[in-house]
Amino acid sequence: MKKYPPAPLNKTNVTTSVTTDPAKRRLFLKSGLLAGAGLVSGSASAASSSNKLLPHWSRHLGPGVASTGYGVPSRFETDVQRKTLDWLRARRESSVSFSPLQSQHGIITPSGLVFERHHAGIADIDPNSHYLLIHGLVERPLKFTLSDLMRFPSVSRIHFLECAANGVLNYPGAQYNSLQFNFGMLSCCEWTGVPLSTLLKEAGVRKPAKWILAEGADAAALTRSIPLDKALDDTLVVYAQNGEMLRPEQGYPMRLLLPGWEGIINVKWLRRLELGDKPWETREETATYTDLMPDGKARQYTFVMETKSVITSPCPENPMAGKGRVSINGLAWSGHGRIKRVDVSVDGGRNWRTARLQGPVQNKSLTRFSMDWDWNGEVALLQSRAIDETGYVQPTMAELRKIRGIRSFYHNNSIQTWLINKNGEVENVQLA
Amino acid sequence: MSSWLKVVLIAGCCTAAGSAVADGTRYGYGSTPTQAEIKAWDIDVGPDGKGLPVGQGTATQGEEPYLQYCSACHGEFGEGVGRYPALIGGEDSLDQDRPKKTVGSFWPYATTLWDYINRSMPFGNAQSLEPDQVYAIVAYILNMNDLIEPDTVMDQNSLPRVKMPNRNGFIPDPRPDVHNKACMKNCKDKVEITSQANKLP
Repeated sequence: MKKYPPAPLNKTNVTTSVTTDPAKRRLFLKSGLLAGAGLVSGSASAASSSNKLLPHWSRHLGPGVASTGYGVPSRFETDVQRKTLDWLRARRESSVSFSPLQSQHGIITPSGLVFERHHAGIADIDPNSHYLLIHGLVERPLKFTLSDLMRFPSVSRIHFLECAANGVLNYPGAQYNSLQFNFGMLSCCEWTGVPLSTLLKEAGVRKPAKWILAEGADAAALTRSIPLDKALDDTLVVYAQNGEMLRPEQGYPMRLLLPGWEGIINVKWLRRLELGDKPWETREETATYTDLMPDGKARQYTFVMETKSVITSPCPENPMAGKGRVSINGLAWSGHGRIKRVDVSVDGGRNWRTARLQGPVQNKSLTRFSMDWDWNGEVALLQSRAIDETGYVQPTMAELRKIRGIRSFYHNNSIQTWLINKNGEVENVQLA
Repeated sequence: MSSWLKVVLIAGCCTAAGSAVADGTRYGYGSTPTQAEIKAWDIDVGPDGKGLPVGQGTATQGEEPYLQYCSACHGEFGEGVGRYPALIGGEDSLDQDRPKKTVGSFWPYATTLWDYINRSMPFGNAQSLEPDQVYAIVAYILNMNDLIEPDTVMDQNSLPRVKMPNRNGFIPDPRPDVHNKACMKNCKDKVEITSQANKLP
C-alpha cells in the first residue's frame, strides 16, 4: 500500500477565504454560478476574520465531465507502476514486467497493471486484418474474425494468471527486498470470451486428435502444445478483460486463457489452433519452461500453477506503520481450484493461526486473506501457507529444494518469509 | 415482407450458416478457409519432421547466412553475446552446479531448431528466411555442436534423424512431489535464517 502521510494544513494547500483573494473571487463570479457564488462569498465575508482551513478543492470547481474521455488514476497515484529489471533479459521486447501487487486492493488487477511477458514485443494488431484459424484433425477447418467470436454466447470468469517463472529471483536465495519483483508475475482479471470447446464443436474434432498447437500472431509466432482435455474443459478464447477489450500487451484482439496453468501457454495474439495427435515439442516446451532436476533430467509439460500465497502487507514495500494492532493482508491462489484455508505464522512457522478468507472464494482466482496481529515492536518472521480444495498444502522453500534442487527455477510456489525488523522495515529472508 | 426480401434473407442465412446448424448443435459462425490460406499459415514442424518443407542446406553453406543474420546476437562461434542465448557448449553440465542449456547440451529435437528459426528469427525480422537458408543455418549450428559434419546435407529426411545428445533428457511432470503438512502448534524446535536480501553473499 502507498503511504499517505497527513500534511499539516497551511497556506500552500489551503484557501483561507475567498474574499482575501479578489482574483479568485472574480473567477468565481464569472463561472456563472452566481447564486452559489453569492452564498459562498456572503458566508466567507461573515467569517472573514476566522481561518477556515479549507483545502482549495473544497472551494473551487474541478474539471467538468468528460474532461478525460478515458479516465486515468489520480495524479497522486502515478508511482503505482509495472516495473522491469533491465539485466533480466537481452532486450525489453523479450522481457517481463512485474505487477505492483503491493498496491493492489481486492482480487482484480487493473488492466494497465497486469504483468507482461513478451517474446517479440507487443503486437499492434488491426482486428480487421486478423482471424483465428482452426485446422488439422477437424471435420471442418474454420476461420473466425473478432466479430465472429463475439457472436457466440460469451462467458466471463475471474481467473489468476501467473508466469511459470514467478518467484525465480528467490530460487537461489533471498535477493530482492520486494513483493513486486518476487511475486509480481501474477495478476487476476475478469476474462470474457468463448469456451474453446464451443469453437471445437463448430470445427468438429476428428480422431485421433489429442493435442492442439496454439500459435500467436506476434513476431515470435509463439507456440505451445495443449492437451485436448484441457481445451475441452475450461479453456477460453478471450477477447475482453475487466469489462473492456483486451489490452494490446495482453493479446488484443484475442488470446487463450487456460485457467490455473502456467502463463506461457495462455498464448496471446492468438491466430492459429491446429489439432494433432501428439505434442509439437516447441522451443517453449523443451529448451525453456522445463524444470531441470538435480540428476540433470528436465520435467516437461508442467502445466498447473500449484497452490501459493503471500502476505502483501506488510511486505518490503509496505513497512510496519508502528506498534499495535496490524491487519496482516495477503493473496492466495491455486491452479487446482478454490482456496480452502490460509494459515499465518508470525514466528517463522513454529505456530500458525488460520486467517479469514474474503469471499466469494472463486475457482482458480486470487483470494484475499487477512489476520489481525498485535505487534509488540520486536523482530518477527511472517509467513502464510495456503491449502486448496484438493487438500494440497503449500510447501516451504526448504522442502521444495530438497526435491527439486536449486536449478529448477520455474514453478516456485514456496512459502514466503518476511522478516519484520524492530524499526518496522520488512526484509525478504529464507529459512532452513 | 415482400417475397424477394424473404428470398434474400433465406439465402443469406444459408450462405453464412451452411449445413452447420442443421442438427442444432452448432452455431455456424465463422467461415471456411481456403487450402491456400491454411497452407500459408501452417508453418509448424513436429518432432517427426512433419511440416518440413522441400529444401536443403549444409553447415558449409550456412556459414554466410549465420554470420549475416545470427552472429550479432549469438556470437561468431555460437557463444552468445551479452544476455543473448549461447548455442553451443554445456556438454555434461546439466547435473552440475552451473548447468548450461544450449542446442547441443539441452534441446531434444533438431526439428525444434528448424521450427523456431523459421518462425521467429532473425529477431525483429521474423519469417524472412527461405527454407534453404533455414536448413543451412540449422546445419551450421548443429555442426558447431559437433553433431553433424560440415557437408552433411540437412533436408526433410535427414534433419529429423539427427540424434540430439539430450533426446532422453525429459521426464513427465510427477507433481505433487512436495508434501507439506498443515501443522499448527510447536511445528519446529528452532527457526534459522539461511538467506537475507540485506546480506547478499
